[in-house]
Amino acid sequence: MPVSRRIVLHFPRRLVDRPIVYRLIKDYDLEFNILKASVTPEEEGLMVLELKGDQKDYDQGINYLNEAGVQIQALSQNVTRNEIRCTHCGACITICPTAAFELDKKTRVVAFDNDKCIACGLCIKSCPPRAMELHF
Amino acid sequence: MAKTIAEINDRISKGQAVVVTAEEIIDIVTEKGAEEAAREVDVVTTGTFGPMCSSGAFLNVGHTKPRIKLGGGEVYLNDVPAYTGIAAVDLFIGATAVPDDDPRNKAYPGDFNYGGGHVIEELVAGNDIRLTARAYGTDCYPRRRLETWINIADINEATLFNIRNAYQNYNVAVNLSDRTIYTYMGVLKPHLGNANYSTSGQLSPLFNDPLYKTLGIGTKILLGGGIGYIAWHGTQHNPAAPRLDNDVPRRPAGTLAVIGDLKQMKPEWLRGTSMLGYGTTITVCIGVPIPILNEEIVRYTAVRDRDIVAAIVDYSDVYPQGKPDVLGEIDYASLKSGQITVQGQEVPTASLSSYPKAVEIANLLKKWIKAGEFLLTEPVAPLPGVESGIRFKNLEDRPING
Repeated sequence: MPVSRRIVLHFPRRLVDRPIVYRLIKDYDLEFNILKASVTPEEEGLMVLELKGDQKDYDQGINYLNEAGVQIQALSQNVTRNEIRCTHCGACITICPTAAFELDKKTRVVAFDNDKCIACGLCIKSCPPRAMELHF
Repeated sequence: MAKTIAEINDRISKGQAVVVTAEEIIDIVTEKGAEEAAREVDVVTTGTFGPMCSSGAFLNVGHTKPRIKLGGGEVYLNDVPAYTGIAAVDLFIGATAVPDDDPRNKAYPGDFNYGGGHVIEELVAGNDIRLTARAYGTDCYPRRRLETWINIADINEATLFNIRNAYQNYNVAVNLSDRTIYTYMGVLKPHLGNANYSTSGQLSPLFNDPLYKTLGIGTKILLGGGIGYIAWHGTQHNPAAPRLDNDVPRRPAGTLAVIGDLKQMKPEWLRGTSMLGYGTTITVCIGVPIPILNEEIVRYTAVRDRDIVAAIVDYSDVYPQGKPDVLGEIDYASLKSGQITVQGQEVPTASLSSYPKAVEIANLLKKWIKAGEFLLTEPVAPLPGVESGIRFKNLEDRPING
């Protein structure tokens, strides 16, 4: 059964210079799309990946990452909306490159679908009441 | 059949008034006709919740012992500078003020995470605000330094006084250039990447009384979640703007100056706001009741989004250079559909004014009136109308050493 997941990988300092993703792709036959990659001043690596492949291969790949010492988080946990600050103006809708914000045409309430979010961060500062929050 | 405000108030006091929102009145007039609707309905409530920069609050913080003359000195509230050019302990905090050490657009586009609008939101929320001041000292006001917490509950007055709010119509902003621009109309993507507008359209106060026939100076309104009043016409009030057959202006036109006691307002209805690369501001809630005095007024309140048009303006060149050109006109029903066509190109739209909140405001005001808690007021004087000849002027430079 094919799966497609967006995940955030945190590489500890000792793994930053190791070809982890290369092994993941080569040994587990997974398709990948890098959505974001960076190395922090503490020399920890951060990578946001979209992984596609067979459920079995995916599970084994994740297992490999875990054993290698990479911390894995689902991407959807990283971008959240502060529901108290959000005014549902809709300024975010045309800013988001993946259409993660959807306007209910009748009530004009803005829904945030974090499964579509790729954590690019464009909405964070474009939001006038600063309701969108990024937690990496 | 004409009604008076006194008759409507009598019905409100008895709990008999028929009150509907500016959204609900549309179907009522369509189904029953204006004559019947004018007979049945007493009040139509409007609402808007959008960023409004010309907003601020006067505070009287009380006298210290020994006394300090903040007037003419320097005062900061949570590091945001307040205006002190008035009496000893009166201050004005404006929505767009930013801390002296904010990098502004030196780190382009500036974040503008905190400014006067946020100070006002925090004050209303009951948070302690850090006041730091320097004064020059006088015989009667000897103190020169002050650092203290203040709280809205403890200071003498906190008066919201917004010199221009509730703009009657506004531009639809687009960007024709090849780079992203950061404006008070939000982030505008290059090559007509998006179009931003800011109105509650058919729910907006001044679209429902386009010629200012019922509202005027002294009109009691819902402001910042509490009670306020129309104090004057707002700055840049431009009743002479071109109008459609339904009297609705096709360009930015009338504005309101509004005032109210900040102490009874709510932080969720006065929201500190940050416009990336532009500055700070505040999102203000205003709800104006329209008394249905006659058929003409009820017809005005039945205005629909499709009956209101706005000008599409390029903010990369036309707006900054003060050129008169517009790229066309578009009605609000199309804007709210999520996509419009500009120069043959499909452009996604977004709003900076919150429609769901505008609905909430109109319903809140409706609830107050129906419960007999909010009586209407007779305006003390009208706002300048089309006949006033008032026109929006530009500043024509007269070089001093020219």
